[in-house]
Amino acid sequence: MKYVIIGNGAAGISAAGAIRKHDKKGSITVISDEPYAAYGRPLISYFIKGTVTQDKMPYKSPSFYEDYRIKTVFGQSAEKIESGSVVLNSGQRVEFDKLLIATGSLPFIPPISGLSGNPNVFTFLKLDDAIALKKAVKRDSRVVIVGGGLIGLKAAEGLHAICDNITVVELADRVLAAVIDKQGGDIVSDHLEKNGIKCITGNSVEAFNNNEAILKNGEAVGCDILVVAVGVRPNVRLAESAGISINKGIVTNENMQTSNPDIYAAGDCVESFDITDGSKRILALWPNAVRQGIIAGSHMAGGAEPAEKGTMPLNSVGFFSLNVMTCGITDPRDNSYETIIKTEGQKYKKFVIKDDVLRGFVLVDSPHRAGLYTALVRDKKPLSSLSGDITEEMGLINFSKDEIKKKIGGGEIQ
Amino acid sequence: MKRIYAREQYCINCRLCECFCKTAHSVSKDIIKAHKTEKPEPVSRLFVEGDNMLSFAVNCRHCDKPACVEACITGAMVKDPETGIVINNSERCVGCLSCVLACPYGAVKAGNIAYKCDLCRGEEMPACVKNCPNRALIYIEGGSER
Ligand SMILES: Cc1cc2nc3c(=O)[nH]c(=O)nc-3n(C[C@H](O)[C@H](O)[C@H](O)COP(=O)(O)OP(=O)(O)OC[C@H]3O[C@@H](n4cnc5c(N)ncnc54)[C@H](O)[C@@H]3O)c2cc1C
Repeated sequence: MKYVIIGNGAAGISAAGAIRKHDKKGSITVISDEPYAAYGRPLISYFIKGTVTQDKMPYKSPSFYEDYRIKTVFGQSAEKIESGSVVLNSGQRVEFDKLLIATGSLPFIPPISGLSGNPNVFTFLKLDDAIALKKAVKRDSRVVIVGGGLIGLKAAEGLHAICDNITVVELADRVLAAVIDKQGGDIVSDHLEKNGIKCITGNSVEAFNNNEAILKNGEAVGCDILVVAVGVRPNVRLAESAGISINKGIVTNENMQTSNPDIYAAGDCVESFDITDGSKRILALWPNAVRQGIIAGSHMAGGAEPAEKGTMPLNSVGFFSLNVMTCGITDPRDNSYETIIKTEGQKYKKFVIKDDVLRGFVLVDSPHRAGLYTALVRDKKPLSSLSGDITEEMGLINFSKDEIKKKIGGGEIQ
Repeated sequence: MKRIYAREQYCINCRLCECFCKTAHSVSKDIIKAHKTEKPEPVSRLFVEGDNMLSFAVNCRHCDKPACVEACITGAMVKDPETGIVINNSERCVGCLSCVLACPYGAVKAGNIAYKCDLCRGEEMPACVKNCPNRALIYIEGGSER
């Protein structure tokens, strides 16, 4: 059996491991246009900061590819998929029996004038982006980051270690708008401001002339380097070339198989099912990519990893030591949801409840035992079956005695 | 694999398991220093919950499909394929706490990085089990054994 994987990120590498677990003999080839062993993509901001050096970035042990007998084709891009083979940019063809598309995300580039071909404009998705940015940014550079989402803010935090003038411009009324409510977002931007990062919300960059970024409201912000981080979109170009069905991302069944039975897809490039709001959408998150990769790899090799029953938005991230966790629905659109908010200084906890089920939460500076809340959301656990006030503190003690016995006595191991 | 299981009917909420866990994960391995002087302060890896009516210790389950490992963005959190022990490699952890958010037992401790039970790294008997005066913690194959 010949397995080929396009993309050496979280999904690709997890699939490769799962394939080898089920098929000791087949050949596995991983193709990546990045010339590196799989690395923790979120670490690129730590690389800029200098707290994680390049040699500490690989996600797996140095002998992983050898131990799992994985052939690597790194530094080459897959250009086309046609009748049982992948065509590389070198013209070489790599034949497959089963193929995984795990091509991740592409940066979304908004229509800002002055971007194209400008060497002072960067995106922030790859190690090479971070290496180039670190080289270009000087202590007195004036950096403007377009987009106050997770990636933009992590870029800001990283760059702050090497540069004194950083401004984030976010179109929404708050930072992290995709995952957090206004009150939570404001705590985060206040914290960033306190640490020396300027945050402008409700505004966007319309033009960049290598000296100034011109905002929508006409204001000009001094700017030598522009980082575009307004979001990502699924990288589905190859899937398109193979004639696979695509909706918001690549469409798969719950075993991660695409409309072509020999081709699977996993990770950021795939349309996921969000169990918290029932929507099909892109959930470009690391744990999601790993899980989908494991499912895809297992099924490609004839294994029986339980199917993907859906996933949910789940983020835990730190900015200058302030931990921010979000899960599921954090900013309900209508009043059919009940919200409970607890605050104390910088600590902020918000719980979103509907029909006796926790649908989502925000925990700022309150990470203690957060996974218990995640499990309530995932399992749609009736809150009335729990004792005590879980919005104050949560423990296994809030479950019934039988459930506690199961959890601590080993009747249930995940 | 051998895992630590709690028997709440024997737990008297004395929290000695926490004291000995903290000591076992200190540099000095000295119970007085570990609790009074050692800096950075050592971290106990388990949680005792409850009161004098009902209490029990919560340890990492060393799951077969650990959510913490799948959530880890750095590769610090790994399940050893031979021993099954789930370990957080502290030099590689950046403290994002994705594992804390993922663990369905709430068994990963949040600090400047994540801390968790490592079964005392293959010691014959983990410190919490060894020092529980009531055998309210047991270290056995399987589980569900009461
Ligand atoms: C700065 C930053 C911080 C982040 N922080 C977090 C976080 O805290 N928590 C979290 O959950 N997620 C975070 N993410 C998102 C997370 O990194 C992604 O969800 C995850 O990497 C997705 O994995 P993947 O395997 O689907 O895709 P990727 O990791 O993007 O891997 C895809 C790979 O395929 C390669 N490729 C694409 N097309 C081709 C082709 N035609 N030929 C050859 N190779 C190709 C790409 O170059 C890439 O190497 C962050 C992302 C960034 C950029």
